[in-house]
This record gives sequence, C-alpha cells and structure tokens, in this order.
Amino acid sequence: MTTTLKNPARRDFLKTGTALGGGLVIGIHLPQALAKQVTTSMPNAWVRIGSDNTVTILVARSEMGQGVVMALPTLVAEELEVDLRKIKVDFAPPSEVYINNLLGAQITGGSTSVRDGYDKLRIAGAQARTMLVQAAADKWKTDASKCKAANGTVTGPGGKKASYGQLAEAASKLTPPKDVKLKDPSKFRYVGKSLHRMDVPDKVYGRTVFGIDVKVPGMLYASLAQCPVTGGKPVSFDDSKAKAMPGVRHIVQISDGVAVVADSWWQAKQARDALTITWDEGPNKTLSSEGVHQQLSEALDKPGVSIKKQGDADAALKSAAKTVDATYEMPFLSHSPMEPMNFTADVRKDSATLIGAIQFQQGALGLAADLTGLKPEQITVKTTYLGGGFGRRLDLDYVSQAVQISKAVGAPVKLIWTREDDMTHDFYRPASLTRMQGGLDASGKPVALTLKMTGPSITSRFVPPAVKDGVDPFMTEAILVPYDIPNQSVSTVIHEPGLRVGYLRSVSHALNAFANETFIDEMAVAAGKDPYQYRRGLLEGKPRFRNVLDLAAKYAGWGKPAPEGVGRGIALMEGYETYMAQVVELSVKDGKPVVRRVVVVADLGRRVNPNIVLQQLEGNIIFGLQAALYGEITLKDGRVQQTNFDKFLMPRMPETPKIDVYVVDSKEKPGGIGEPGTAVLGPAIGNAIFALTGQRLRKMPFRLA
Amino acid sequence: MARITVNGKTREVDADPSTPLLWVLRDTLGMTGTKFGCGAQLCGACTVHLNGSPVRSCGTPLSAAIGQKITTIEGVSATAAGKKVQAAWMALDVPQCGYCQSGQIMSASALLASKPNPTDADIDAAMAGNICRCGTYPRIRAAIHKAAGTKGA
Repeated sequence: MTTTLKNPARRDFLKTGTALGGGLVIGIHLPQALAKQVTTSMPNAWVRIGSDNTVTILVARSEMGQGVVMALPTLVAEELEVDLRKIKVDFAPPSEVYINNLLGAQITGGSTSVRDGYDKLRIAGAQARTMLVQAAADKWKTDASKCKAANGTVTGPGGKKASYGQLAEAASKLTPPKDVKLKDPSKFRYVGKSLHRMDVPDKVYGRTVFGIDVKVPGMLYASLAQCPVTGGKPVSFDDSKAKAMPGVRHIVQISDGVAVVADSWWQAKQARDALTITWDEGPNKTLSSEGVHQQLSEALDKPGVSIKKQGDADAALKSAAKTVDATYEMPFLSHSPMEPMNFTADVRKDSATLIGAIQFQQGALGLAADLTGLKPEQITVKTTYLGGGFGRRLDLDYVSQAVQISKAVGAPVKLIWTREDDMTHDFYRPASLTRMQGGLDASGKPVALTLKMTGPSITSRFVPPAVKDGVDPFMTEAILVPYDIPNQSVSTVIHEPGLRVGYLRSVSHALNAFANETFIDEMAVAAGKDPYQYRRGLLEGKPRFRNVLDLAAKYAGWGKPAPEGVGRGIALMEGYETYMAQVVELSVKDGKPVVRRVVVVADLGRRVNPNIVLQQLEGNIIFGLQAALYGEITLKDGRVQQTNFDKFLMPRMPETPKIDVYVVDSKEKPGGIGEPGTAVLGPAIGNAIFALTGQRLRKMPFRLA
Repeated sequence: MARITVNGKTREVDADPSTPLLWVLRDTLGMTGTKFGCGAQLCGACTVHLNGSPVRSCGTPLSAAIGQKITTIEGVSATAAGKKVQAAWMALDVPQCGYCQSGQIMSASALLASKPNPTDADIDAAMAGNICRCGTYPRIRAAIHKAAGTKGA
C-alpha cells in the first residue's frame, strides 16, 4: 500500500481566528438516548447544559500536565456562575471556533492556553450566563435586570427560581449578546485562587484515560517497524516467520514501515521483531553527530539574515578596549514524554473515528481526510488525556500511521510505539551553534554585540509560510538581549543537517537564552564585575526585568558568601510574556555538577490558579535540569544512538534540587508559564559551574573537564 | 489458562506464560491504570506489587505471577499505606500529566508499608526507579512525608 501525505498540518493553520462572539455555535441540540431522557443544550461552544442541570465545560486545549483542564474551565465558570467543583469537563472536537488566536490553529503549545483564553473564556461564560438570565426573564415576563444568576440558578422577582437546566434549551435559542460585562477582578470567586486540580483524583486512582488506554469494540493492536534511519522507507519484507506467530491477523506495509496487527499488542510486538525488512535508508544514512557539528560550523561562516541591526557593531568591536568571543552549542534533544506515541483509528468506508493524545486537533482531522478521502464531517476526532506532550504531539506521524493501518486492515486499530520507537523517531529539538562577540569600553561597559546563530528550522517544515525572508520566528524567540548595548548586529543562518526537528518545550528560548545569558556572564567576568550587578546596570528602564533579577538575588542571598564548595549562577529571560530570573546553587561530586538549590522568581502577570503556576515552575526546573546535565541525542550512521532511558538519562528523585519559587503579585495581563523556566535554568547552571570551578562550559549537556 | 490473583480477586487469563504481566493486566484484563513507559524496567511506570513488593510488570512474565498476590493501582487503596499515599497525593496536587503516577504511587506505597517513617535517603532509594518527565519529584517527596506523618529534611 502506498500513501502520499499531503501536508495536513497546513490546513487552516494560518487562518486567523475570530472566535470571539462571531464564531459561537448557537443552539446546537444534542439529544442523548439516555434512559432519563436528558436533553442537552449549548448556549455556546464552551458550555453544555443538561436538563438534569449537569454543566459541562468544553476544553479546547490538550491536557498534557500543564493544567488546562482546570484553568480553562475556571475562567468559564467564574462568569457562568456555576459551582466549579460540580462541573464536568469534556475535550472539544476540532472546530474553527476553538482556534487558538495566538497560534492561528487549534493547537496546544507556546504557553498560550491561558493567554489566549483569559478574556475569551470569561466572555463565553458571561455570554452564556446572560442568555440564561434572559431566558428566565422571558419566561417570567420581566426585565433581565430584575433577575440574577448564582450557583447554576436564576432568581427573579417574587422569589421565582429556575435552574440552568430548566432554562438551557430556551437560552440556546436566543441571539448571543455582543457585549457582556465582565466581573471586576476583585469579585473573582475562582480566578486567582489555588484550587485543587480536578483531574488529580482520577490520576491518583489510575482511572484517567490516556491515548494508550483507549479501547473500542473489535479493536486490534498494532506494532510498527520503522526504518532505523528516520525518513527511510521499506523496500521489501519477509514475513514468513511473523505471520505464523500466535494472534497475528495482518501484516501491512505503510508509508513509514511494516505493521503487524494482532489480537494483543504483545503478540504484535513479538511478530514485528520476527520481520526481516529491507530498507531504503534515505539521505540521512551516513549522518553522524560529528558531521552535524561540521555542517553547522560551516554554516556559521555563511552570511546571516539580519534580525537586528543597531549602530555599527563591527566598528564598535574594533575600537573596543576589550573583546569577548564565544560560541555556544546545543545538541539535538528528544521530547520523551512518559507515554510513548500511540493512536487509535477506526477507518470505515463512510466514516472514521480517531482517538488519542494529540496537541493539534485540526491537523489530525485534515490528515485523516487526506489519507482516507473522507470529508471532514465524516471524521470524528476525540482527544484523550496526554501522558506528556512537550511539543511532540504537535507532529502527527503516529496518527497518520494508525489511520493507514486501520484503513488497510478494515478494523479499528490501536498502534503503540515502543520506547525505542519513540526515542529514535522523534522530531528533535534543533541542534544549534551561536557565535557571539562583544566589545567593552575601558570602564567595562558593553559597547558592541554581534550574534550569529545557525541550526535547522522547524517552522520551514511545519508551517512554511511563517518563515519569511529566511527567518524562522521559532528560532529567534529570545535571540535579542534585553541589555542596553548601543551597537548590535544579530543574524541567523538556517541550515538543515537532515535529522527532522520539532518544537520542544520552550523551543528556541532555550537555545537563545543559553547563549545570551552565558555571554553576558562572560562579559561581566571580562569587565571584572559581579554578574548580577553587571546585568542590573544594563536594565535601566526595564522594571519587570530588574525586579525579578533583584528578587532572585535577594532570595538567594547573592551578596553573601556561598557555603564551602558551592557556586552560584544567575540568569534571566523574558519569554511568553513572562519575566523570570533564577539563581542556581551548585556543587561538584565525583567530577559531576550537582544542582543543590534553584531560586526561581517569575512575574507572569495575573494567574488563574497559583497552585498550577507553582507546579509548572517546579516541573520546568526538572525539565531544564535534564537538558542542562543529561540530555543529548547523538547520531551514528544515521541512527539515533539513545534508544531508552539507560542512554537518554533523566533526573530522578535523588538528583532533584531544592526548588524555591517566588511569584510576583501582579495585575499585568497573564503570561505563559509552561515553558520559560526550562530555558533560564541551563545558563544559570553553566554560570554557577564557572563560579565554582572556573570552567566556562559552552556546550550542553555540561560536562566538567 | 493461567490463574492469578489481582487485587484480591482470582482471574483466569489466556495468554502465553512469557507475556509480561503488564500486558496481561492492560490488554487481557483491561486494567489500564498500570502504564507502559519503557518496556525495559528503566522508568517504573508499570510498577505493581507482587506479594507486597514493588516489581516492574514490564519485566515480570506472567509465569512468575501465577499463584502470587498482585496489587495494582486500581486496588492499592485497600492497603493502609496505599490509602495514605493516595490521600497525600491529592492533598498536595502531585500529578501533572499523571502518566507516571500509578507507578510512583505503587513505589511509594511499598516504601511506606515497609518503612512507615522514611528518611529522605529512604525516599531517594525507593523512588529512584521511577521517572517523571513533568518533574513532580519535589511534591512526591513532600507527599510521602505527609503520608508518613514525618517532616522532610
């Protein structure tokens, strides 16, 4: 079987959403064949109310640990005036109404869920509430201003009462109001409070359904052999041994490999291992880590595309009293969420059902339509909980594979990758090189900065039109230093070594912040200044930066001598509209750096749920620790050398530092918090290593000489 | 047919004796609370108790479980330690994505059952086999102390 893939990801991708008001789904009626004859009405796309007073809030973002399943319903419930603890939550289907306005598609990523939803979801809640109140007023032939909604009930003159369930059907037929009044934040009942996450009990009792837990009637299990060199294709295969093995039902070739479909996954996996496959390994078959480094080094000598030009950096470098020249290197990195890629597809002649863990619902829909020839309205996409995402589940290769396999065998199929499949067939964080040169005047003040960065471009593959004039915006998110340096020249060179790359938690922030925040430390050293004070002096007129920096230094006791054998490092960044500074305390044991404590100060504006913010910041540190001290994907003969957690190491309980988080109480608009902390930690660790050992490490993961 | 005891109930399963217990639980018995993470006993997501001791079910063949008492995340609240651990997990909002948490809870429950007042070093040793990619380790440590009624160092 041959299938051509047609870039499903592009469908609707760049269409700007106008979900506010204009796109609301009105009066959708979902009769359910329940014994109780419950009818369900939807005043808008986010609110479903049953005649039994059940309120369901639809979540249009994927829950991958970051807490959207709690934070987003909180925003709706705040204005809808329902008891948040009693609502139900359902994941929304693909629809233009659910487009993430910050990304132009129904995508979960970029730490955008709250930023996109903060106003939109409160408006949705207020709109539905207004319609319910109006329905009550109509019923009682009175004015809506005389009715009040609270706790799922509308109260009117003379003590009249009607529940939302009684009003929902009539309310859904009303025209949604264009303007709704939102609560003053001082009146918030839920927003801004550290409420317990409602998804926690199911997760504690093992009841949560992740993609891998999906079961549909008649379902078979699939295991897929993919080319050891990613991008390679099967040429021929011998399945004489495999097809005789117990439970095996089908063996089919699809675009990416050969799949065994069996009664159980273990049977499928055993038979897959018995296949003999001849591969066309494709253009990457000789790729090695040394080769990638060589290619990127050469690319760094090519002229870059300018990102910023201010003053005359070259001239200022030449006339500088002192110069610093350094090149920073980042390796490929794997997402490795704990739930390996998997997906369930049921492709039939006139319909298809797709169920699983994805971060890009419209992408899955478009992909399935292209692969099956079905119309989008014939395809149902259901999102489950995600056992981690970190950007991996934006890419839908595993969805495509499940759809192809189900279509080929004519049965519902759950495809499950092994950990080895997952680690060796990722879309890796780009490897990168960044060369920086700085000039200081006689007083140590920086007068010139040049920066040139090279690496592969994710966006050139994922959404090509977003790469304009040779600049990938997801390569340069934090490439500009916040510091006051009069002459600057910043540029990038896109170079593709061949290994496929993808968006990984904090994306280019990590690459950019590592270079910038290590370099400013090196400048401070060259100037003979304290790294904290040096940064501080270059942040005049940037109060949010200065504030987080000052607080981090204060809470870490920066001015006081560190304990014997401990070094401190500092770093800062703005990312996802969140300002952050971190101080790391580090020692060395058995020749290896050990992070003992991390002080995190974040200013992310208003918070929907401070407890989830803390969770995210703690998790950011562990994720950043993995990248700084452990994570590296290497290549030999085109093959990824790390196949499981014995080679791609993770921090574990004993390596977990003390994490002290301080969040600035702020009324600024909400910033993202799922990612920025991972990017700041790396340079803070590297700077602490320098402070302690005098070794300036310019390549992650950090290894002491 | 093999006979195993899962969470106090005797179950007859039709699977090859070499099949890892993980897949017998998940696919044959439909008990999906136990998770597949690595298949190589490296991540701990598949941890269950065999006669009260934590084992990686991905590396435990069905044949080794016959006649033994198996406890999974679906049944651990019937044990005193498991119940306390789960309550502490909820009180401290430990899970993020939640995928590894079944295994974490099974390891923590086994620890508390054998050491009711674990030190931080005990926790390091007992929990080092369980990976959490979301980074919930600080809360896991705090929750184990809370469940034990001890204070963390």
